[in-house]
Amino acid sequence: MLRLVSTVSRPTSTGLLGKVVASSHTQNCTRRPFSSTSPKQADITLTVDGKEVTVPQGSALIQACEAAGSTIPRFCYHDRLAIAGNCRMCLVEVERSPKPVASCAMPAMPGSKVWTNTPLVHEAREGVMEFLLANHPLDCPICDQGGECDLQDQSMRYGSDRTRFHEITGKRAVENKDLGPLVKTSMNRCIQCTRCVRFANEVAGVEELGTTGRGNDMQIGMYVEKTMNSELSGNIVDLCPVGALTSKPYAYHARPWELKNTESVDVLDAVGSNIRVDSRGVQVMRIQPRTNDDVNEEWISDKTRYAYDGLKFQRLTTPLIKQGDRFVAASWEDALNAIATGLAASGAKDNEIQAIAGHLADTESLVALKDLVNKLGSDNLALDQVNGTSSPVHGIDIRSNYLFNSTIPGVEQADAILLVGTNPRHEAAVLNSRIRKSWLHTSLEVGLIGERVDTAYGYEYLGADAKALTDFVSGKGEFAKKFAAAKRPLIIVGSSLAEHPDGQGVYGQLAKFVEANKSKLVTPEWNGFSVLQRAASRSAAYDIGFTPSKKASETKPKFIYLLNADEVDPKSIPENAFVVYQGHHGDIGAQLADVCLPGAAYTEKSVTWVNTEGRAQLGRTAVPPPGAARDDWKVIRALSEIVGSPLPYDDVLTLRDRMWDISPSLVRYDITESTSTDVALVGLKTLSAKANAKVSGEKFLKPITNFYQTDVISRASVTMADCTKAFVKNEKEEFSNLGKGPQAAFA
Amino acid sequence: MLRNTVKAARARPANSIRRSFATVADPPVRRYGGLKDQDRIFTNAYCRHDHGIKGAKSRGDWHRTKDILLKGDSWIIQQIKDSGLRGRGGAGFPSGLKWSFMNKPNWEKDPRPRYLVINADEGEPGTCKDREILRGDPHKLIEGCLVAGRGMNATAAYIYIRGEFYNEASNVQQAIDEAYAAGYLGKNACGSGFNFDVYVHRGAGAYICGEETALIESLEGKQGKPRLKPPFPADVGLFGCPTTVANVETVAVAPTICRRGSSWFAGFGRERNQGTKLFCISGHVNNPCVVEEEMSIPLKELVEKHCGGVRGGWDNLLGIIPGGSSVPILPIDKCGEVLMDYDSLKDAQSGLGTGAVIVMDKSTDLISAIARFSAFYKHESCGQCTPCREGTTWMNNMMQRMVTGRAHQREIDMLLELTKQVEGRTICALGDAAAWPIQGLMRHFRPLVEERIEQFKLSQGQVGFGGHLGSEVKEGLAIPDNLGLRL
Repeated sequence: MLRLVSTVSRPTSTGLLGKVVASSHTQNCTRRPFSSTSPKQADITLTVDGKEVTVPQGSALIQACEAAGSTIPRFCYHDRLAIAGNCRMCLVEVERSPKPVASCAMPAMPGSKVWTNTPLVHEAREGVMEFLLANHPLDCPICDQGGECDLQDQSMRYGSDRTRFHEITGKRAVENKDLGPLVKTSMNRCIQCTRCVRFANEVAGVEELGTTGRGNDMQIGMYVEKTMNSELSGNIVDLCPVGALTSKPYAYHARPWELKNTESVDVLDAVGSNIRVDSRGVQVMRIQPRTNDDVNEEWISDKTRYAYDGLKFQRLTTPLIKQGDRFVAASWEDALNAIATGLAASGAKDNEIQAIAGHLADTESLVALKDLVNKLGSDNLALDQVNGTSSPVHGIDIRSNYLFNSTIPGVEQADAILLVGTNPRHEAAVLNSRIRKSWLHTSLEVGLIGERVDTAYGYEYLGADAKALTDFVSGKGEFAKKFAAAKRPLIIVGSSLAEHPDGQGVYGQLAKFVEANKSKLVTPEWNGFSVLQRAASRSAAYDIGFTPSKKASETKPKFIYLLNADEVDPKSIPENAFVVYQGHHGDIGAQLADVCLPGAAYTEKSVTWVNTEGRAQLGRTAVPPPGAARDDWKVIRALSEIVGSPLPYDDVLTLRDRMWDISPSLVRYDITESTSTDVALVGLKTLSAKANAKVSGEKFLKPITNFYQTDVISRASVTMADCTKAFVKNEKEEFSNLGKGPQAAFA
Repeated sequence: MLRNTVKAARARPANSIRRSFATVADPPVRRYGGLKDQDRIFTNAYCRHDHGIKGAKSRGDWHRTKDILLKGDSWIIQQIKDSGLRGRGGAGFPSGLKWSFMNKPNWEKDPRPRYLVINADEGEPGTCKDREILRGDPHKLIEGCLVAGRGMNATAAYIYIRGEFYNEASNVQQAIDEAYAAGYLGKNACGSGFNFDVYVHRGAGAYICGEETALIESLEGKQGKPRLKPPFPADVGLFGCPTTVANVETVAVAPTICRRGSSWFAGFGRERNQGTKLFCISGHVNNPCVVEEEMSIPLKELVEKHCGGVRGGWDNLLGIIPGGSSVPILPIDKCGEVLMDYDSLKDAQSGLGTGAVIVMDKSTDLISAIARFSAFYKHESCGQCTPCREGTTWMNNMMQRMVTGRAHQREIDMLLELTKQVEGRTICALGDAAAWPIQGLMRHFRPLVEERIEQFKLSQGQVGFGGHLGSEVKEGLAIPDNLGLRL
């Protein structure tokens, strides 16, 4: 169904376009945006350019035309945003309408006859194009949008080859706005399509971005001088059909036709956003979103988009061996031999050999490392998180205990959401926009237990600790009643809860609550108990059982293998242990190591990632790893040879066969496999058995304090450091200083 | 009808040829105009009397309003339909039909509130009729809100008054307060069992907020930018509820129509243009005034009779804009023959608009006058849609140049083409309104513009496209000759 523009705050006052077509008094609460699946409606048939086409009722005319294969030029229309109908480029001719009709704003009517290619339509579009170009600076040669500019493309078809605009008054000039270190503005180029305004208001929740002034003086901006503080701000760069909003870090770095596009998966949070890595030579030039309605729709977070410059700094390019207090570059052979010697010298046996898997460890290398460590007789498989050296409180036997069972699109179907110890805005920014979308357009109720945060939507604050949860579970308070009345309730449990001292008890209480309300929370259609992971490797680690046995977790390690583990507490490493670090950045983990093995970052290897839903997705190699760095699983395979217990796979296909043996879901790409109701209930039972675990009452703190710097890549990124300065520390950066930082050297 | 026969009888002696019964008689020629005092609806338009409730009641307002309300919605709407009343805000949509859109089948099952919104954001240059109603006859409007509200089963009315109308808003608020105190509004209005509230909202002075959907946006507290239609306000309007936006005059005449009967009202004016109307005549007349007259009164008669004629006599007339700034101008020959109604003016390629007659005598610099309109529309364009935002600015730039004649002859046609590119391509009618005065100017006074351009050329030398002077172009430089300097 169509929504109309200009509604920002809830409840919305403008209604549905489709409502007019369907019935004149549908209830407001049934409004749904385009992108969510709506109840199947009657189809209507109309004729476009003489072709009969059938579309669902409530479709816009532009969608019907697209369905009929007639391309309609557009600037303001975007199928994930509300309709503005203001660019007037999509005009078409409709029978019995004296004037051309804006096809984006007109609902498709059964039986109507539409023409998209008549002289009237051409004349109208040419007129609009002339007006758009009248005040548009023709600076395409120095515009970053060049080559991917809608205005440029469409003017090839509808533009004149020469101008009639010779006014002595000249063109409009608009002051540029400072939206922060990510979005570069060149407001002279703006064609006032308001896509960015609608995105900011509807999706990102930045209601300050809007229009000021009237007529030709209308400007897009933040009303007052202010940066655009949002985790999703980069998306307005993609949305902008012209070069008014371009990427600041990418400015003047490359042209789209020079870039190689590689479709891959993001790993900087656990959502697994689908991305397109644009590279030139061995450099990643930029990262763009890829549409996947099941995961990230069309958006990615700013960290996903802009942390790529971190791939250029602090890289481990060659194996390093520590000699005294210095690292000395070594050959792979020497480094691997040094490890074998170190392992022997440390005298580590069985569980004294520990492997710690970090946030950015890929599934293949996790499997290889687990196999290797197991082969060496150890079960000491730790995770790089608080309490990571002991078995997780939710267990790993039943998948539904640690996955986002409702699935990400499923969030939009929930009518009540309880957030426990999580701030989805920082832990999964794209997912958060779905909650906001649902909150805007439905009567969704949100409750939060944990630290107070700005979620970009309203919520009822229930408390900060386990006591608030106890109250909720026992039905106390307004929100508990709303939750009980909801048809599709959803509990989102933050990953940090498993790291909390009260984790056991909290999980137990929640599981008990879910069991008690299983008729609503755990049904074949709906599983409303979802855990939101925040590290890209975590779901896979749980899936393959990368957790220590009880005995192992009590053993003091003598040999430690850090696989991308950069969050480790240096104090937790025993003094005389031999430490190996394998990873791509010289961060905390590498500092602790005796031997560093350079691995590949996510843009440099073709590996499997399992997101928080348990969806396996394949990342692809965009650029080669720098220097002597190698694919991580190959490094482990090589090491296994040196330490004398070779792993049985020599290529990635055999390794994936091994993954299939462990869990077929690891190699069934792009789908989620839901846990059956019975199994999910068994899983909950194991949790609820410990519902009476002792509770300390310590507050649930948000695990991410600085969204922009959460892992080695974003910590190494200059752009993310700028963002931290601008958005987290709120330091005002001067215009003139931007772009003069170290990243300029890489231009 | 009695009135008509009397009139016809009076006209007969003038007919010199006597006919026998066998010949076909010409239908009597009906002349319009000359509204009698007893037929005037707005009896206090000049504020000579008390605008309060006492004065209003003495002029017949609030007389048996309860009975009108008790007749029910369909009766009221039928009366309005039969009276032939067309919207007085400019577009001239049949009011009865418009109001009936609110009462769709099964409207009772819709739980949403329903609103009547009165458009008192009178901003059209030349128009000042609603102002007089708000000043002198606010009770007519309030009673009209109640009657129209009953007709469309509205729960409340919002009166959106232009911000500049401070005293008018005070008078309306006073009238509302008095009506509440007298029990005419609020719960059980006039004892009819119908609940109805009226609120006043003062605008902030944007012309575009007179557009119905922009007005709704503005009422909601947003920027006054027109919405897309469909959905029409009758489906999704103010706060997402069924809404009808109506002009002050349209609503204010409703109670009188209901009291005196639709046939009385329909007895004025030509078919499809019935009723009486407030005309506001401004400009170069001896006595500018707002006057209530019968529809279809000849324009010449309106000017001569009520305004003391054109300054310096009818022959001193240059042109008349018959319906406010947004309709095309008419030259003197057309002014002599048109009737002041929707159809006649439409046939003359102009429009009745709001009935704001702007008279210009030969002392007027017509190009400058139209250029001023262009500047107005440029300033008032909301900037939402492309053709209007860019077009009004461009047209204004060209018009300003044409005032001095600093343009190329070919640019006249280009300007006309631009107006065609704006007209009918925009979200609301402001684009059309900006285009029409220029089209009117060029249609009837093109030689004037050409002469002005020629004169400028004689004194200043060749002028290129966009107003570039040939004298400023340096001969020695290799400048592409796309400015038409050699044409």
